[in-house]
Amino acid sequence: MTYTKLIFELSSQGRVGYQLPNTSIPATKEPRLSTNLFRQEAAALPEVSELDIVRHYTKVSQKNIGIESGFYPLGSCTMKYNPKINDEMASLDGFKLIHPTQPLDTVQPLLKIYFDMATMLNEITGMGGTSLNTFAGAHGELAGLMIMKSYHEARGDTKRTKVVIPDSAHGTNPASAMMLGYETITIKSKNGMVDVDALKQVLNDQTAGIMLTNPNTVGLFEKDILMIAKLVHDVGGLLYYDGANLNPLLGIARPGDMGFDIMHMNLHKTFSTPHGGGGPGSGPVSVAKHLVPYLPKPVVVKEKDQYRLDYPTTSCGQVGGFYGNFLVVIRAYSYIRTVAEDLMHVGPHAVLNANYIQASLKDVYKLVANQPCMHEFVMNGLIDQSTGVKTLDIAKRCLDFGIHAPTIYFPMLFDQSIMVEPTEVESKETLDQFIAIFRQIAQESKTNPEIVKTAPHHTPVGRLDEVSAARTPTLHYAALQKIKEN
Amino acid sequence: MFKYLPLTLSNQEEMLAVIRAKRIDDLLGDVPQSIRLTKPYQLLPRLSESQLRKYLKANQGQVLQSFRGFGVYEHERPSIIDAISSRQEFLTSYTPYQPEVAQGTLQYIFEWQSMITQLTGMDVSNASMYDGPTALSEAMTMAVSVTGIKRVLIASALLPHVEAVLLTYARHRDVKLDIIPSKDGLMDQKALEQAMNSPFAAVIFSYPNRFGLIEYFDRIAPIIKSKKALIISYNDPFALSRLKSPRELGADIVCGEAQSLGLNPSFGGPYLGYLATLNEWVRKMPGRICGYTKDSRGQRGFVLTLQTREQHIRREKANSNICSNQSLLALQATVYMSALGKQGLVAAFDRACAVTRYLVEQLTATGLFTKTYQAPYAYEVTLTSQVNTHLLEKALVKKGYLIGYPLNDKQLVMYGSETKTKEDIDAFVAAIKEVQHDLH
Repeated sequence: MTYTKLIFELSSQGRVGYQLPNTSIPATKEPRLSTNLFRQEAAALPEVSELDIVRHYTKVSQKNIGIESGFYPLGSCTMKYNPKINDEMASLDGFKLIHPTQPLDTVQPLLKIYFDMATMLNEITGMGGTSLNTFAGAHGELAGLMIMKSYHEARGDTKRTKVVIPDSAHGTNPASAMMLGYETITIKSKNGMVDVDALKQVLNDQTAGIMLTNPNTVGLFEKDILMIAKLVHDVGGLLYYDGANLNPLLGIARPGDMGFDIMHMNLHKTFSTPHGGGGPGSGPVSVAKHLVPYLPKPVVVKEKDQYRLDYPTTSCGQVGGFYGNFLVVIRAYSYIRTVAEDLMHVGPHAVLNANYIQASLKDVYKLVANQPCMHEFVMNGLIDQSTGVKTLDIAKRCLDFGIHAPTIYFPMLFDQSIMVEPTEVESKETLDQFIAIFRQIAQESKTNPEIVKTAPHHTPVGRLDEVSAARTPTLHYAALQKIKEN
Repeated sequence: MFKYLPLTLSNQEEMLAVIRAKRIDDLLGDVPQSIRLTKPYQLLPRLSESQLRKYLKANQGQVLQSFRGFGVYEHERPSIIDAISSRQEFLTSYTPYQPEVAQGTLQYIFEWQSMITQLTGMDVSNASMYDGPTALSEAMTMAVSVTGIKRVLIASALLPHVEAVLLTYARHRDVKLDIIPSKDGLMDQKALEQAMNSPFAAVIFSYPNRFGLIEYFDRIAPIIKSKKALIISYNDPFALSRLKSPRELGADIVCGEAQSLGLNPSFGGPYLGYLATLNEWVRKMPGRICGYTKDSRGQRGFVLTLQTREQHIRREKANSNICSNQSLLALQATVYMSALGKQGLVAAFDRACAVTRYLVEQLTATGLFTKTYQAPYAYEVTLTSQVNTHLLEKALVKKGYLIGYPLNDKQLVMYGSETKTKEDIDAFVAAIKEVQHDLH
């Protein structure tokens, strides 16, 4: 049986997991607040020993797979190796023990790292200014759109209420636009790319901008990008670059040179910081020179050899408590400093790896684009679907081989999408293994479809019932105690 | 060759042969020649691991003995937090899209949600958010979405950085934020009642507030409810171990900064926002939510649930664009709450309060400081200083101390952590006495 106990179930009244120091201050100094300020009953937190906790979370961790467990080819997620040196650097006392409001002369080296990092990201993206204050890709995207809005507003151009988004875009794009009150105009793709004629139809003086991912979520480079940029700029709109897929462009091209005005990137994708099971990430936002005044505040500025914080009135605002996820930035900074000129090989190797898998599976899986891909590619399920094996089944069967499944059912342009992104860090041997596994699954789907349809068989738990989870939500331990589990 | 790039030249040749391409460049035909990079990036010079280590060790911030909280708190921090959260299964995994191989992540999120509902008294918690200020901004959006009214009142003094973020989100979402100035450090009930004469979506309260004071909204809650508006409570969850829960006082949404639950100050991030609410509003709640279920073998399991609120399904109709949580930090906080446990968290709160009281006693005895407000406080307190607070801050840094946050030239907010002993405080007060002569 798999270990499924919750920490609460190890609890025993009176047990403790930590000793507080002796402050030598008498307890009489403890607050004598009138009792009506206090809660009557302590929150029901667990009462467990230190060893209980360590064993519990060790067992719990073993139900996860991470990048160090095996290949993790999630499309659009860029699951590359997270170098150890980066973590070591982020754990230095002079970074992790610093209060964010310390006097600036006690944090000059940290501001310099922030400034240098922003400068290096400008160079890599071809943009004019970068803020590291945003916590995640979606957060960078939101800040980017705030910049777009602030720019138009500053010019008195208030009729621009529409944002154009291709149907292949990540779901965050329309959701971010909605959050700022924009109306979203969806344009259909043509052969997996932006349909320039359809775009022309919707562009006008109400267009605030367009949001594009390039390479897009089908894994293709938008070949008409220069034309698209010209069309959008001609009507007075701005181009937003969703940096989720920036990795393949390293060493190949820069969003700034394509005509993009605003972009975010994901340090947890392109620049190797750990995903942490969903966060913390970091989603810096970069802009072309003419939009620098609108970047989120505070801004780190350099004067002579001193760094200080600036709060420009033109700024789109303050989007987070302080200066972003600084310890994540330290990791990405360490990555760029150590990889340096070899960053030029990251994009090309990522592209080669993806194309190699694509070419090796095209006789058994349905490719959605019959052409070379960039860093990822999409398959629309098996070519032979006669036994009824679906993408979900393929993904679950994949887990039985100890590797994470690719992204599935995205992009939504195809009903059986399987999106594979190997990244540049994987060897040919790993790719060959993956190819062999995917070919075996295709074979099994013909000869023994049941084994695929009932997968996974070798994971800590079997397929989970998501429908009943949503129908009768049980969202914490106290609620779970009230229901009969068996 | 580079250590993170394993493809040898012969690997590349073999792979290109399978693809039927001559060189990698042949795969990049869609990228216009005019924008192809022709020279390497101009970056800072390459460092080896040992050079990087040497460089950063020599270029850190100054670690100070801190008597400053103001939204970012130093607490006792069990060593098991880092040991557990640095396990690669937790550290390097993705957001749990394949639950069969992510039960580890999902289970601790469930535990986190359980602990947050315990502390706040609310029905449901989400899987966590970027930080406190953004969590509050999402709470504001939730209230606007529930009521359809674009006006929100701030009744207690929020920390300035929290207010700044809220103002930004409000401005871009066309929400009118009315800040009711406080009176004697507490909410001004009369002014608040007056502001409630025009329609509003919610009132935001905070305890402890910016000045460290504890103020409750239970008396005004019925009036707010009668106007069909929501109550948002912004709290340091550390304080909720001991103070009355927001649920008990009538809150609809509770949120805040959970950095105080076992996270380092980290120069501002990564931190951990939390957000909890009533069953009534769960479908308006932003962020990931983890729920209990069963697997095909009849075992207990956990999945992300109620996802039809989220961007990857609802796109422009989603509650928020949030598609992640601060998972690893939620794990750290969960381990922290497990270690301190039911008694320990309460004891830590009491000790911090005792330390702060001793600190106030010693500081006021110098004759240089007086308590600014008379209302009850917990582990943070606003003091009025005879000497210029900014000059005092500067002088104390030279002695290795970070004094309380200067609100202005005269007032500062001091914090007494349970990590400080009597000796620490006596030494700190002695240091203040030493420098004060130079500051007059």
